[in-house]
Amino acid sequence: MKEFFRRSKKSFSAEQSQSRGTSVPDDMWVKCPACRELVYKKELHDNLKVCPKCDHHMRLSSREWLAMFDAGSFVEYDGDLWPIDPLGFTSPDGTYAEKLVKTQERTEMPDAVISGVARIEERTLALAICDFSFMGASMGSVYGEKMVRAAERAAAMGIPLLTINSSGGARQQEGVIALMQMAKITMALTRLAEVGQPHIALLVDPCYGGVTASYPSVADIIIAEPGANIGFAGKRLIEQIVRQKLPAGFQTAEFMLEHGMIDMVTPRGDLRTVLSRALRLYKHSSSAFRVHTFVSDISSGRY
Amino acid sequence: MDRTHQPDQQSLTPWDRVQLARHQQRPHTLDYIQGLCEDFIELHGDRRFGDDPAMVGGLASFDGQTVVVVGHQKGRDTRENVKRNFGMPHPEGYRKALRLFRYAEKFGFPVLSFIDTPAANPDKEAEERGQSNAIAESILTMCELRTPIIASVIGEGGSGGALAISVADLILMQENAVYSVASPEACASILWRDSSKAPEAALAMRITATDLLDLGIVDEIIPEPEIGAHTDSESAIAILGERLREYLAYVRTLSIDDLLEQRYIKYRAIGQYQERAQLALDAALHP
Repeated sequence: MKEFFRRSKKSFSAEQSQSRGTSVPDDMWVKCPACRELVYKKELHDNLKVCPKCDHHMRLSSREWLAMFDAGSFVEYDGDLWPIDPLGFTSPDGTYAEKLVKTQERTEMPDAVISGVARIEERTLALAICDFSFMGASMGSVYGEKMVRAAERAAAMGIPLLTINSSGGARQQEGVIALMQMAKITMALTRLAEVGQPHIALLVDPCYGGVTASYPSVADIIIAEPGANIGFAGKRLIEQIVRQKLPAGFQTAEFMLEHGMIDMVTPRGDLRTVLSRALRLYKHSSSAFRVHTFVSDISSGRY
Repeated sequence: MDRTHQPDQQSLTPWDRVQLARHQQRPHTLDYIQGLCEDFIELHGDRRFGDDPAMVGGLASFDGQTVVVVGHQKGRDTRENVKRNFGMPHPEGYRKALRLFRYAEKFGFPVLSFIDTPAANPDKEAEERGQSNAIAESILTMCELRTPIIASVIGEGGSGGALAISVADLILMQENAVYSVASPEACASILWRDSSKAPEAALAMRITATDLLDLGIVDEIIPEPEIGAHTDSESAIAILGERLREYLAYVRTLSIDDLLEQRYIKYRAIGQYQERAQLALDAALHP
């Protein structure tokens, strides 16, 4: 059964002109950032932006990820959540407020996450997808609120939650509010657990800091893309501060699998099949917890 | 609030507070446990890999009732700091804390946690043993733990390494303690590209107790004696102890279900953003 992103290749092609971060010698060819080979652009996009020469998984924008779901099934929620500058943060780069406006103009997104519901093989799931091009998909208030609403929506609808995670960590410009989003999102996931629905986390390149160290690392199924850089502390920080030499392959998806931190490393072309299988297995998931919750809600007088 | 400090306290910059929060003579977790509790039994090890001296905990009697105490532990001199890794836990430290949280839940003991760390340790071994997983599991456990938790920030609240043991029903913060998304040095090296700009970063990041109270993250600022807890440990410990006694008595009057509901609401509310649709609606209704 071929169930790649195939159905939605067209939306991939439609968006390829917007892809950024990959050097394009001309309109037809793209240089792979890993193997430096020139790849015919159409071939690259037909291959879901995985280099046909070296298998390097190039980064996808949040909109490009939507091609993984049943065509036309995505409904966006909470698209009207916009960031503000809660601390009045200023650094030599200017104010956070200015940086937000500039980034919003460049990316045409209000912040780093898009969320909503979509279907895979006719099964509905809630989702939230990070976009690394928006300030390194750093986690601030909007990121946290969207993730929380996605989790609460999944709980209310009794459907699974898929998060596609890529981030540099907490957003410095929102200070300790950003840090607290780690707890806020994790807290919301307890509501999903109560109704017996799974959180499936996909880790894509790169995923670091407060994001890796919170909700994705306690997901029910943790999947990573091949070669994705995943860790807590950045490699440069470790090398500078602790002065340790880091081996090749350190903090990759394969490293995480080897050390028992994730369930599987899945090539992009197989993701839809794997997710579809997981959703089938959770089809009848109600929950042992639900009865318990219901009883405790009654006894606490909430109903 | 009963302020016992001197007037010049008010003029301290955030960077001054960072220095006070890191002062070696400041009372650390074990000083608070020993000063406030009787019959302390330290419990060691995560039952998975090892025992992390940067995280301490155990059973103790506080105000006549058994509690589980957990906290980061810094050293008072270089030798002890090497042993304690400057209060920076490895995954086994967080897994020890997690074990003690579950332990508290099993026996219905409240948890008192003490926050005092620059960060979770960033090294190769920590990554290999799953620092991310250890912190995430600890946060999740605190989110759903069916027993009261009171966290006290007694020095440095450094990033995820601090958050990992501070998800709580109530968070108290001493007036010279700091709590931040990253150390001011780290933030300065990222955004100023110069770690010597840490004093500027410390100001911009809003890391003081007053900031955290304004931002709705901590519940109360705990005054310190004179010009800081390091000048009079005994008083600092006693002042915090008094508030802990009152708050503990309060949280114990709540049912566990109410407590968990309030904990959910407390964290659910953290964050500041706009809802554009709502703004447009308001503008249309009130031109």
